Amino acid sequence: MWLFKKDPNIDFMSHRRLALIASIVLLSVAVGALLIRGLNFGIDFTGGTVVEVGYQEAAELSSVRQALNEGGFEDAVVQHFGSAREVMIRLGPRDDVEAAELSNEVVATLREHDSSVDLRRVEFVGPQIGEELTQDGILAMLYALGGILIYVAFRFEYRFAAGSVAALLHDITLIMGVLALFQITFDLTVLAALLAVVGYSLNDTIVVFDRIRENFLKMRKGSTEEVMNASINQTLSRTIVTSFTTLLVVVSLYVLGGELIAAFALTLILGVLVGTYSSIFVASASALALGVSKYDLQPPEKEGADQDEELQRP
Amino acid sequence: MNRYPLWKYIILVVAITIGVLYALPNVFGEDPAIQITASRAAESVEDVQDRVMARLEEEGIEAHSPEILEDRLLIRLTSDDDQLRAADLMRDYLGSDFVVALNLAPATPDWLRAINAEPMYLGLDLRGGVHFLMQVDLDASVSQTLERYQNDFRTRLRRERIRYSNVDVEEGRVQARFNEAADREQALNLLQPDYRGELDFSQEERDDQYWLIAEIPDDVMQEIRVAALQQNITTLRNRVNELGVAEPVIQRQGSDRIVVQLPGVQDTARAKEIIGATATLEFRMVHRDNEEFSGQEDAPVPPGTVRYRHRDGHYMLLEREVMLTGDFITSASSGIDQDTGGPQVNIRLSSDGGNMFNRATRENVGRPMAVVFIESRTETQERDGEEERVRVVEEEVINVATIREPLHSQFRITGLDSTTEARDLALLLRAGSLSAPIDIIEERTVGPSLGQENINQGVMAVIIGFVLVVLFMAFYYKVFGLVANMALMLNLVFIVAVLSMLQATLTLPGIAGIVLTVGMAVDANVLIFQRIREELHAGMTPQNAIHAGYAKALSTIADANITTLLAALVLFLFGTGPIQGFAVTLSIGIVTSMFTAILGTRAVVNLIYGRQRRLQRLPI
Repeated sequence: MWLFKKDPNIDFMSHRRLALIASIVLLSVAVGALLIRGLNFGIDFTGGTVVEVGYQEAAELSSVRQALNEGGFEDAVVQHFGSAREVMIRLGPRDDVEAAELSNEVVATLREHDSSVDLRRVEFVGPQIGEELTQDGILAMLYALGGILIYVAFRFEYRFAAGSVAALLHDITLIMGVLALFQITFDLTVLAALLAVVGYSLNDTIVVFDRIRENFLKMRKGSTEEVMNASINQTLSRTIVTSFTTLLVVVSLYVLGGELIAAFALTLILGVLVGTYSSIFVASASALALGVSKYDLQPPEKEGADQDEELQRP
Repeated sequence: MNRYPLWKYIILVVAITIGVLYALPNVFGEDPAIQITASRAAESVEDVQDRVMARLEEEGIEAHSPEILEDRLLIRLTSDDDQLRAADLMRDYLGSDFVVALNLAPATPDWLRAINAEPMYLGLDLRGGVHFLMQVDLDASVSQTLERYQNDFRTRLRRERIRYSNVDVEEGRVQARFNEAADREQALNLLQPDYRGELDFSQEERDDQYWLIAEIPDDVMQEIRVAALQQNITTLRNRVNELGVAEPVIQRQGSDRIVVQLPGVQDTARAKEIIGATATLEFRMVHRDNEEFSGQEDAPVPPGTVRYRHRDGHYMLLEREVMLTGDFITSASSGIDQDTGGPQVNIRLSSDGGNMFNRATRENVGRPMAVVFIESRTETQERDGEEERVRVVEEEVINVATIREPLHSQFRITGLDSTTEARDLALLLRAGSLSAPIDIIEERTVGPSLGQENINQGVMAVIIGFVLVVLFMAFYYKVFGLVANMALMLNLVFIVAVLSMLQATLTLPGIAGIVLTVGMAVDANVLIFQRIREELHAGMTPQNAIHAGYAKALSTIADANITTLLAALVLFLFGTGPIQGFAVTLSIGIVTSMFTAILGTRAVVNLIYGRQRRLQRLPI
């Protein structure tokens, strides 16, 4: 089966203004959501306690809330988690010295009302840990982007590097915007997923750039813009196929992986979609906007040519 | 041109064999087992192994492949019922010298274990258990040290009748103030020789007074901190042993933190209680009537005495009056008695404590003195159907020694049975003076039912994701798709094998990493196959197209994967626990997928098409 019987010939580059407008609109929505609603940070970053308990039968949230109120946990956020029998209770950081004891008390309180309550999970993060994780998270993101910038600049050219990082920032902002819009809990696993998206989206972008670099040398005729167009078209089948297989697995992860990694899987799904879009429309267009031309890539190409020769020996 | 030399096939076959062998232990599951550890260093599990096995056989419990790992004796059983029975039996049989815990032992066949093939190590989120991160308040232990010096200074100056106006602790230094320079001179001459290497002295003149300032040098400060942390770790390890946890992890993290992981522990409340216990020591004289009394648990005690249980199990009569408490101990270490060559414990008291102890022991030379170890913790108990938090105090005599002469601030306990007993005693003495308070700053507990659920869901996601990708590839790339699927399968085997070999911890995000790799691993093949299609389209012969497809896709694959690897590396460096698990599986998956997707598929493609000279069409 073929996705395209012949190489498609879509004029991506001349549509780049349209894509630019689309991206700007989406980005403003995302930034707006981030500014107005803000990210719903999980306790990994804010500190606090999460207790997940299981009931024998479907649990009434209101009665759980009432039980907790009577026990003196007025600030508890109570919600179902995964199914009606599982309940997640979230408590903010407390000034009490015995913060680590909080979870025991919550469970004891609930057991007073229903002795069959099964403790499934406790997470307690002290405020100082939350701060550290936030710092580490931001640092991780910066180092990842920095490392990628350097690698791409080294392998290709700095404008390509800038283009790929622009595409990554675009992806991260859009995803975080969606997370903010739907108030999906932003925890450590989501951060990990975001970094995986960085890796994935870049993977896509690099494949396109690689072809552009190759074609800059091969296609003597044609403007820079045309060469870019041809390159994106030539890699389009691959881009779509890989995105599709990756989507297959992350969707199965989302559907089957359970509630604990649902947010993680959702972030990956968004990442694959946005990453595919950005490597087609954002990365190349940014590089072009920065003034990349086909004469810029002579030296690194020699390296690639060497490799080809070596391979022919066997 | 599309033929591989023999050696490439050999490499491939060897890699596949190793991969399969090391991935294999994961399919055998686990046997119920009991684990026996010695609760006192004097005992050794090696000595009891034969006895234990014989006893189990006597009772008709089928036990097999006993194994000693470090200091744990692991005995595999055939059923869960046997496991419970055996554990109960062993608890009675071995008494308090050993801790018996339930465990699961990998049911890896012996021939696989012989080559060190072990199943993957499951993280707490998959097997259930408790993870604590504890912060040790090292500043508190430093300031306690300073306060001790402050008290020492006061006592000594007073005793030598050196007039001072004040001794206090400020900004991490001990400061003594004098009205006369001569007094300060005297004080310096008195104190400096005694604290050589411990304190740096300096002098200042301020506010019409003469100051003598003592500071702890940086290297000594560092030693105090390291010692306090180490002491906490040792104490925690002892307490965790008491819990009977199968494979506890107690590790230092950073300069002032300790990670405690207790797999399989469900009662986190109890775990916290035991970990958070505080211990103290008391020195008391053994009462004169102890001889007639010993061993009886319920006889009435004479006035002025208290009954205590000795570690060995018998009871003793001690005097009610406490001679000294553990807070006065500044250090305790085990060593060798210069005279007899036997083991001994060296104890150092603060000078206050030394004076008190000297007075108390002077009148009791020739009599036995007992060391009582007191541990207190809060426990949740049920009373009248309601749960209640009760402070539980456990007291036991850990040592009895005869006072040979009046004791000062430095003395030793000799006549111990073994060096391990000396080490244990020194440890308990230090634990009793445990100075740095610890706080739990992070807890992650996963119940066992959720752990199993996580595994099931994760494995299901891997299987379904895998099947979907495999179907799609076969449909889209036909024969070449099938070849890619073989590579994908092999890739899964390799990931599992590498994780098993490294004994890296598999977590839920780790499984997610494997799922993601399955999706992304076909990318290399997609790139190659797409390239082959292009070349065919451009009019190349099939053989040439195969060759060109693989050759041209190579640098693209490398570039694309290295960048992903870069992101995974950053994740690993900055992530904690589960996130690192994700980074590890992702990285391993990327590396193994390059091998399987490039070398593996090429080998198969060459094998199928390499010899067909007149190949007209490619099913791609």
